[in-house]
Amino acid sequence: MADASSAMTANRAIPLAGRLTGGPAVTIRPAEPCRRLALRASADAVPLLSAALGIALPVKPKQSAGAKGRVALWLGPDEWLVIDEVGGDPVAECAGVKALHSAVDVSHRNTAILVEGHGAADVLNAGCPQDLSLAAFPVGACSRTLLGKIEIVLLRTGDNSFRLECWRSFSDYAFAFLADAARG
Amino acid sequence: MLLIRCPYCEEERPELEFRGAGEAHIARPADIASVSDEAFEAFFFLRDNPKGITYERWRHMHGCARFFNAVRDTVSDRFVMTYKAGEPKPDAKTIEKARAGA
Amino acid sequence: MTQAYRIAGKGRLSPAREARFTFDGRTMTGLEGDTLASALLANGVHLVGRSFKYHRPRGMLSAGAEEPNALVGIARDATRQTPNVRATVQELYDGLAAVSQNRWPSLTFDVGAMNDLMGPFFAAGFYYKTFMWPKAAWKRLYEPVIRAAAGLGVAPGEADPDRYANRFAHCDVLVIGAGPAGLAAAKAAATSGASVILADEQPQVGGSLRLETDATIDGRDAFDWAQALAADLAARDNVRILTRTTAFGYYAQNMVGLTERLTDHVARPDPAMPRERLWQVRAKRVVLAIGAIERHMVFAENDRPGVMLASAARSYLNHFGVAVGRKVGIYTANDSAYAAAIDLRNAGIDVPAIVDLRDNPQGEAVDAARKLGIEVLAGHAVIAANGRLRVSAMTVERTNGGGSKRVIPVDALVTSSGWTPSLHLFSQSHGKVAWDAENQRFLPGNNVQDLFSAGACNGATDLETAIAEGHDAGEASARLAGRSSGAVARPATSGGAAISGGMIGAAPGAEKGKQVKAFVDFQNDVTAKDIRLAVQEGMHSIEHVKRFTTNGMATDQGKTSNLHGLAIAAEMLGRDIPQVGLTTFRAPYTPVTFGAIVGHARGELFDPTRRTPMHGEAEKLGAVFEDVGQWKRAWYFPRAGEDMHAAVNRECKAVRTSAGIFDASTLGKIEVVGPDAAEFLELLYTNPWKKLGVGRLRYGIMLREDGFIYDDGVVGRLAEDRFHVTTTTGGAPRVMNHMEDYLQTEFPHLKVWLTSISEQWAVIAVQGPKAREIVAPLVEGIDMSNEAMPHMSVREGRICGVPTRLFRMSFTGEAGYEINVPADYGPAVWRAVMESGAAHGITPYGTEAMHVLRAEKGYIIVGQDTDGTVTPQDAGLDWAIGKAKTDFVGIRGLKRPDLVRQGRKQLVGLKTRDPKVVLEEGAQIVENRDQPAPMTMIGHVTSSYWSENCGRSIALALVAGGRARMGKTLHVPMPGGAIAVEVTNPVFFDEEGGRLNG
Repeated sequence: MADASSAMTANRAIPLAGRLTGGPAVTIRPAEPCRRLALRASADAVPLLSAALGIALPVKPKQSAGAKGRVALWLGPDEWLVIDEVGGDPVAECAGVKALHSAVDVSHRNTAILVEGHGAADVLNAGCPQDLSLAAFPVGACSRTLLGKIEIVLLRTGDNSFRLECWRSFSDYAFAFLADAARG
Repeated sequence: MLLIRCPYCEEERPELEFRGAGEAHIARPADIASVSDEAFEAFFFLRDNPKGITYERWRHMHGCARFFNAVRDTVSDRFVMTYKAGEPKPDAKTIEKARAGA
Repeated sequence: MTQAYRIAGKGRLSPAREARFTFDGRTMTGLEGDTLASALLANGVHLVGRSFKYHRPRGMLSAGAEEPNALVGIARDATRQTPNVRATVQELYDGLAAVSQNRWPSLTFDVGAMNDLMGPFFAAGFYYKTFMWPKAAWKRLYEPVIRAAAGLGVAPGEADPDRYANRFAHCDVLVIGAGPAGLAAAKAAATSGASVILADEQPQVGGSLRLETDATIDGRDAFDWAQALAADLAARDNVRILTRTTAFGYYAQNMVGLTERLTDHVARPDPAMPRERLWQVRAKRVVLAIGAIERHMVFAENDRPGVMLASAARSYLNHFGVAVGRKVGIYTANDSAYAAAIDLRNAGIDVPAIVDLRDNPQGEAVDAARKLGIEVLAGHAVIAANGRLRVSAMTVERTNGGGSKRVIPVDALVTSSGWTPSLHLFSQSHGKVAWDAENQRFLPGNNVQDLFSAGACNGATDLETAIAEGHDAGEASARLAGRSSGAVARPATSGGAAISGGMIGAAPGAEKGKQVKAFVDFQNDVTAKDIRLAVQEGMHSIEHVKRFTTNGMATDQGKTSNLHGLAIAAEMLGRDIPQVGLTTFRAPYTPVTFGAIVGHARGELFDPTRRTPMHGEAEKLGAVFEDVGQWKRAWYFPRAGEDMHAAVNRECKAVRTSAGIFDASTLGKIEVVGPDAAEFLELLYTNPWKKLGVGRLRYGIMLREDGFIYDDGVVGRLAEDRFHVTTTTGGAPRVMNHMEDYLQTEFPHLKVWLTSISEQWAVIAVQGPKAREIVAPLVEGIDMSNEAMPHMSVREGRICGVPTRLFRMSFTGEAGYEINVPADYGPAVWRAVMESGAAHGITPYGTEAMHVLRAEKGYIIVGQDTDGTVTPQDAGLDWAIGKAKTDFVGIRGLKRPDLVRQGRKQLVGLKTRDPKVVLEEGAQIVENRDQPAPMTMIGHVTSSYWSENCGRSIALALVAGGRARMGKTLHVPMPGGAIAVEVTNPVFFDEEGGRLNG
C-alpha cells in the first residue's frame, strides 16, 4: 500500500506540532513527521530484511543501527521499530521480501519528542526508572520502557540528546511530564 | 522495587517494567475440549501457594514484551533465576547453583 | 528581644546575618544558619510544645532528626501549613512563623494538661481497656471524643500548592551520612573512580564534626576539612552531593529512598522550584555512615524543658554559638558528656556539677573537667528534675542511697547515658543485628544486602576509627563495584570526643516500684513504669510491649527510646536483652511528605488524558466530552438551547433518517499478520475464521478459558495472511496482552505476529441512509455499490487522497461505514466528510447517541451488558460459536456444569408498562412485587434509555431464565414504588435488519 503524496504528508497533523518547552538544562520539542515500520520476524529472516531496508537490523538487546536518516531499534528478540526521516517507505520496501515477517505501518501511531541538553538524562530520569548513564545507556542505545505512567521507546541519539517515541494519545502526557520535570 | 533479569534483554531491569502472570509450568491440555471437570479444575482454578521456591510467569510488559519464567523464593522475595518461555522447569540442583551464583 | 544566650565568638554563624521569626506570634531574632531550635534557645526559649498524651510542657531534647519533643507547626501562608515539624531540623529563614501544638488555650496554660494529673488513669493500655463497653458507645461517644483529642498538629485544609519532583538514579556507591566516616568513604570511593552519591540530612556536610572544636583531620580544623572536601568532591563529574536529604528507607536490592528538601529553608522560594524531590537510588554498593544517637537518662521528671542531651548542648554551643543555659548541670554515665561540661565552662557558662553514676570515673575527660574546677559527683544520681515549665534544679543523691539529698539549682540539665548506634537503615536492609554485651549495645551483624556500615553506626567510638572505617568501606565499595582502586591516602586525625560507655534502662530513683514519671519515649509519653506495667499485664514479647505502650512507635521509630525500653522490659522479664529482642525498625526513618511520594503525579499528570485525532474537530462542534477510561470521548453535541436529552434525541433521529458522523477512533485495533493468522484467530475467538473471505468482516467473540465473554469486536480479513482486528475501547490493552500470552506461551508454533494499530488509524463512522452518498464522492479506487461492497466488507483504497481501510459495518443498525485513515489525516478527512454531508444534514453524534442506537438494535456492550459471568448463550450470541470447532479458548469452560444449567440469567429486552418511564441501570428485577423484603432478585437492568426512534423507553436486562419469560410482566422495585415491565426481545428497532443492507 502506497502512502499519501508528499504534499499530503506535509499536511500531517502531528499531535505536538509547534510546541516547545524546557528549562535551563534541556530543550523539549516534537520531532518532524516520519515514517515508521513495526517489523516482526524470526532470526532467519534478518539478512533478507536487512538487505531490503539497507540497515543491518540489530540482533542484540538495547541496540539500534542506522544509516542515511533511517534507524532500526531492537525492541525485542523478534521485533524492531524502523524510523525513516528522509521520505523513504520502509513498509513498501519489505513488501517484496520472501522471508517470513510481519511489516505493519505505524507511522501515525507514534509521535516523537526530542529531549536535548546537558540535563536531558536527569529530566528523563524523573519518570524513567532505567539507568541512563552513558555507561549503561550509550549513544545508540534504545529500549521500550516507562516515563511516569506511560510506555515509551527511548533512543539515545547523542551524549546529551534522546528521542522519545510514544503513542500519539500519550504525547500530551509525555510532553507535560517532561515540561514539569525540566522545571527542576 | 525489585530488579528482575529479563532473559531476552539479558540484563536486570526495574520491576516497574514487568508484570506478573501467575504460576508457571501449567500446560494447557492439548485435548482441552474433552478433559474431565476435575482435570479442568486442576488446570484452570487450582494454584500452589508455597513457602519458599515458586515458579512464576512474568512478562517484560514495558520492555521487550516477552513472557518468561522465573524461580522466586517467597520467603526472601528474591528472584533466584529467570529463563525463557518454553525452557524446562529447573531442577533443585540448577536452582541451588543459581542461588550460589547470585 | 536580643539573643541573650548567643555567646560572642562561639559557633560558626555570622553575627551580621540576622533573621527575624515569630513563635506563637512573638517576634524574635536569630541568625542565618540557625535552626528554629537554636534560634529559640538563643532567645532563652526552651518551652516549645506539649506532649502527646499528658500535655506536659516540653522543650528541645536534641539538636537533630531524633527530636521527639520540639514539634511545631510552620505556616508560610494559608495553604502552606506544615504540622509536626521538628524545630531542631527546620532551618531558620527571615520571616519564619512557627506555632506550638497540642495546647489550648496557650502553651503556658493548657487545659489538656489535666491528663497529666489524671496520669494514673491514663496508663499504658488505658484505651484498650476502658473503652470496651458498652459496644454501642464506641461509635457514638468514645471514638469521636478520642479522635478530637488525639493527634498532633493541624493538617492544612487546602490543597498543597507546592510542586514535588521525582528522580530515579543509579550509582556505584551510595554513601549515606556525610559525617567523618561518610566523607572518608565518599572520598575513597570517588578517588577510585566510582560514581558516588553522598547524602546527608543536614544543610552542610560534617555530621558529628559540628560538635567539635579541637579535632583536626589532615592537619586542618575537622569541620573546615569537611567543607573543603565536599567542595572538592562536588566539582567532580562522578560525585553528586545531596544535602538536606534524608535516606528514609532501604529497600530490596540496594534501592534506597531519599527525600531532598529544596525550599523549606528559603525565605521566599521560587514557586517554580519543587519543594522536595524523591530520589529512588539504585546503588551497586551502599555505605551506611549514619552515626549514633545519644541516649537520655531515665529519671523522674526528666522531660522538663531545659533537660536535654549533652551532645545537643555541644552542638548548640560549638556550631550555633548558643548556650542552653546560664547554669548547666550535667548528668551522665559516660565520658562524652564531660566534653559538654568542659566546652560550656570554657565558654564562660556556670557548670555547678557533673553528676556521674559511675563510682570512679577516670580518664582524660574527667581530669580535664576537674582541672577546670567543675565538681564531679561520682557515684551520684539525679533522682528528679525540679521545675515545671523549665527545669529549676536537679535533686541529687548517692547511688547507694547514703547521705542526704542535694538540690542544685540549674536552668538547664544535660544528660547522657551513652550512645546508640543507628541501625534503622541497616535493619530495614534486612541485616541481622548483633548484641555487643561488653558495651551494652546492638551493632550491625551479617549483611544481607551489598553494604558496609562504617563509623559510629558500626560501633566506632572515636574519630580516628570512624575515619578509618569509612575510608576502608569506600575503597572496598568502589572495588566491589568494579572500579580500579589505586591506593588512596587515608585522612589523618587528631582529637574528637570519644563516645564509649554508658548505661541502659532506668536510672536510680526510677527503679521498679517507684511511681515516678521517668520518660523512656518522650514523643509517645511512655514512662519506665508503663513498660513494667506492660510486662506485668502479660506482654512478654518486645513487639507486644511496643504496641501496648506505643514505645518507639510513630515517627520516633526507637531513635531515643529503644534501648532503654528494652532494658527495662528485659529486667522485668528476668531475661538477657538479646533474648527479649529488638523491635523492627520501619521506614520511613523520619516522616516523608505525601507530596514527595506523589511527585509529578498531580493535576494533568495524575493520569494520562488521551484525546483522539479528531478531538479538536469535536471541540469546534461544541461537543461535551465524557471520560471513558483515560480517553476523552465526545458525549453529545448540544446546539443552542438544547439540553443533553434534546441533543441525544436529535442525534439519534438524524442517524436513522439521514446520516450521523461519529468518532470511533478509541476502538482497539490489532493487526494480525502471518500464514497462521486465521488459525490463531480460530483459537482466540469462538467464531470460525478460516473460511472468511478476503475483504469480508465478521463479528467475533473472545472468551476467557472459563467460558465467559472477555471482549468482542469486528474482524476484517485484508489478505490471506493479514487481519485487522478491533476490540472494545476499554479492552484494547488487555486483549492485546491476552492474545500475546496465548501466542507466546501456548501456541508458539503458530507463524503469526500481533501489532497494535489502535492509534495508527483514526476511525470516522458515517452511519445512516445517506452514508454512501456522503462518503462515495471522496473515495478513489473502491466500488462502493451494494453488490461490490455489501454489509460486513472491507476495502483498501484512498479517501481525500490518503490511504483508507474502508469498513462497511454498523453498530447502529443503519447502513454505514467506518472510515479508517492514518491518524494524522483524521481531522482533514473528518472535515471533508462533514462538507460532503452538509447537503444531507450530516449530524455529529456522540457516545450517548451511539449507546441508544445500538441498544435499539439489542447490540451488547461488553462490560455494560456483560459482567465477566456472562456466556455467549446467556447473551443470545450462541450463533457466534463455531460448532464444528475442536478448540478455542473457553471451549471447555463453556461445558462446566454451572454454565450449562437451566435458569441462568439471559439477556432480554424490557419495556416499561408506562412508555415514558426510563428505568435505572443497575436496578434489580423481581417476579412478585408484593413479596416481603428481602425480595428474591432474579436479574438486573444493564442498559436503559429513552429511544426517540421508538417513541418510548427501552432497556436491556439480564434475567434468570429470561427467554422463557417473553411477554411476562416483572417488576423493578424502586424507592417510589415498583415499576411494571414486560419481558421482550432485546431488538427494539428493525428486527429483520433490512436497513443494514440499504
